[in-house]
Amino acid sequence: MTTPAMHSPSPFSQFALVLRRDLRLAARRWDQMLQPLVFFVVVITLFPLAISPELSELRRIAPGILWVAAMLASLLAADALFRPDVEDGVMEQWVLSGQPLPWLLLAKTAGHWLLTGLPMVIVSPLVATALGVTSDAWLLLCVTLALGTALLSVLGAIGAALTVGLRRGNMMMALLVLPLEMPVLIFGAKALDLGLQGDVVIGPLSLLTAMLLLSVVLAPFAMAAAIRISIE
Amino acid sequence: MLPDSVLPTDKLCLEVRNLHLWRGEQHLLRNVSFTLQSGQLLQVQGPNGVGKTSLLRCVAGLLPMESGECVWHGQATQRSSSAFQQALVYLGHSQALKLDLTALENLQFAVGLRRTLSTHDVIQALTRVGIAHCANLPVRVLSAGQRRRVALAQLVLLDASLWILDEPTTNLDVQGIAMLEGLMAEHLAGGGCIITAAHQVLLAGHASNRELVLS
Repeated sequence: MTTPAMHSPSPFSQFALVLRRDLRLAARRWDQMLQPLVFFVVVITLFPLAISPELSELRRIAPGILWVAAMLASLLAADALFRPDVEDGVMEQWVLSGQPLPWLLLAKTAGHWLLTGLPMVIVSPLVATALGVTSDAWLLLCVTLALGTALLSVLGAIGAALTVGLRRGNMMMALLVLPLEMPVLIFGAKALDLGLQGDVVIGPLSLLTAMLLLSVVLAPFAMAAAIRISIE
Repeated sequence: MLPDSVLPTDKLCLEVRNLHLWRGEQHLLRNVSFTLQSGQLLQVQGPNGVGKTSLLRCVAGLLPMESGECVWHGQATQRSSSAFQQALVYLGHSQALKLDLTALENLQFAVGLRRTLSTHDVIQALTRVGIAHCANLPVRVLSAGQRRRVALAQLVLLDASLWILDEPTTNLDVQGIAMLEGLMAEHLAGGGCIITAAHQVLLAGHASNRELVLS
């Protein structure tokens, strides 16, 4: 053991390390990671069957369907965000590592978004076509969903951190997180709705971006405090 | 094992004073006090359920203490927690290993958060704990004793001066226990300190061996 090797790693290499670890774990358990995406696709494709195959009618409610499906899928995924690490004791080691816990948890949340939010963003044009959304709205759809799912991941992470110590935290988490996620749903769906009607969308988009920035800065501290209580 | 600059100059490292802990309605730890000097090993003993694990978790900072003080090199551990935690390795009942990752990856990701390290360092540590041949196997296929050895490799890799080991001998075979005692003796000789809770006395007859009996 030589002394130069003992340097503690930079925050960015810690971030990359956590991200690499989670991506590698997901690659080895890809069947579990697919669940939220499958849920998202299935829920959306069920609507034309249940309501009517009339595209003009579907187009009117498409933003609502897409956003509700994205929100529920992300809620479904959030439960598995911290639970495995808390159960096998890795989180305990992170808390005791003397490294900034909020930063590590933010990296974990970023990885979670890459694994659950981003795939939804990528397939959204495909499923939106089934709801009569035309290709000129695809870019807007992807941008709003990218901002929105990132925000949902961060908010879901707070709920997951708070309920990870409970045996059946799932229900409790939904109750805690859904009210927080309402503004995301409202502004996200509104932006998409305005866009589909050819209106200016900059207002709700700016609000979504502002909420995302604010929550990325503040939420990790809430997560870290919640995790410390949960693993007691 | 430790470079001299890292060693504390004063002998007294850790002091726990009048620690009380309740778990629910139960007054688990009553007025526990002890001191630990550099190069000393403290073995916490007592029957099951008496609070050995709670005491270790409390000292490590995973459980908040209701009253009492824990002082590391003159500073309360709650206040200077990151300095204390950087000097600490805590190995608990759960081995903090990811079953889907290999032994090598597990150590790279766990230890890599605290220090930069090369694959070579990890292989060396795995050799030291006697399971270098399992480096590239997923932890899922390792036996319980082999997993324990992977967890113990962290002690070799991290440059910590305080080790808190909760039942470190669980699942280890006779050679494994001898290996662990070797690591511990080396750490103590380098001026580190260790707190363990184990059902069997480790390093029996070692000069720096002290016991704390909870009842």
